[in-house]
Amino acid sequence: MAIEGADLIKAAALLGAGLSMGLGAIGPGVGEGMAAAKACEAIGRNPKEAGLLTRTMLVGQAVAESTGIYSLVIALLLLFVV
Amino acid sequence: MTLLGMDNLTLTHIAAYIGGAAAMGLGAIGAATGEGFTASRASEAIARSQENAGDIIKNMLVGQAISESASIFSLVIAILLLFLEVSDPGMVKAASLLAAGVCMGFGAIGSGVGAGIPAGRSCLAIARQPAVSARITTNMLIGTAVCQTPAIFAMVVALILLFKPTGGLAAFPTWAALVGAGLSTGLAAIGSGYGGGMAAGASCEGVSRQPETTTAVTTTMLVGQAVAQTPSVFGLLISFILMFRSFPESTTLSASVGLLSAGLCMGLGGIGPGIGNGLTAEGAVRWVARRVDYSGDLMRIMLVGQAVSQSTAIYAMVVSLVLIFVV
Repeated sequence: MAIEGADLIKAAALLGAGLSMGLGAIGPGVGEGMAAAKACEAIGRNPKEAGLLTRTMLVGQAVAESTGIYSLVIALLLLFVV
Repeated sequence: MTLLGMDNLTLTHIAAYIGGAAAMGLGAIGAATGEGFTASRASEAIARSQENAGDIIKNMLVGQAISESASIFSLVIAILLLFLEVSDPGMVKAASLLAAGVCMGFGAIGSGVGAGIPAGRSCLAIARQPAVSARITTNMLIGTAVCQTPAIFAMVVALILLFKPTGGLAAFPTWAALVGAGLSTGLAAIGSGYGGGMAAGASCEGVSRQPETTTAVTTTMLVGQAVAQTPSVFGLLISFILMFRSFPESTTLSASVGLLSAGLCMGLGGIGPGIGNGLTAEGAVRWVARRVDYSGDLMRIMLVGQAVSQSTAIYAMVVSLVLIFVV
């Protein structure tokens, strides 16, 4: 098994893409889950504000999602551009 | 192809023994931690309510037995790896056996810890509301059983890897595909097992606080747990593709690393969403018990929140599929 420079670079890019998206998915997954858990609590305490609370949860989750999207962008750059 | 001058049989045996050690070593972590948590909560429960010690100890032992099953799966896989007759030794078989051990080892962690949580919290629940102890134990049994599914997925993948005939497969890049298959289901099972346990723990507490809400609480728990299992189902899907697709021979490093990376990406990417979905389900179940008249609203917000939390697992699956089929 001979390893050439270009092959090694491509292998590193593919491994990097997997690690970027794999590790990058952990934080948003946990963080968005926390936001949703607290939204459930808030609706339980104050069911009349369900609409406002759902909106607040979604905005908060969208911000938490951004790092997951950065990971996806980096993974796609490593796969198709670099 | 020989590695470090070893013949095929030596290489395969080394891989099987390391795989067996990984299966049991990693597989012991979850069950032991979960059962310790259960015992600590049972002690606390007996301190609060000595007259119900019998019910609490019985409940603790039943819960611990279920939590133990994840590490029993690991033990079975480890023993198979140690004593299996290898008919087609070689590099692909070696990779397959190593992957089987790693898959089962990682896959047992989440389910072991997860099943310990409802087992422990149900002991406290019995101390608080001894009159409904049978209902609490039943609810705990349903919750802990669902927690075991990720470990069962890992065992299925490990058994396929153990007995898959490898003769005639191209060594490169098939070895990487099989290791990736083990990592994908094994790692993704961690989050789902733990997340399912959090939801089940809250439901045991909910049943004891408001016994009349049992039906709504159990339903919400099951829906929440089902969503929390999806990352491990994605992991299983990627594993099946990696195990059963035949890859053309390619001795380039990038072909092998790409498939390994696909498994690693889905495995790691499933951990966070599994835990996050469990946190959400825990919050929803707790509040369904307190405000059962708003259980519909709570179920809706739980599912919307879980769907958003799930999105990163879907990104990881997309990147894995691109790594397998496109690049």
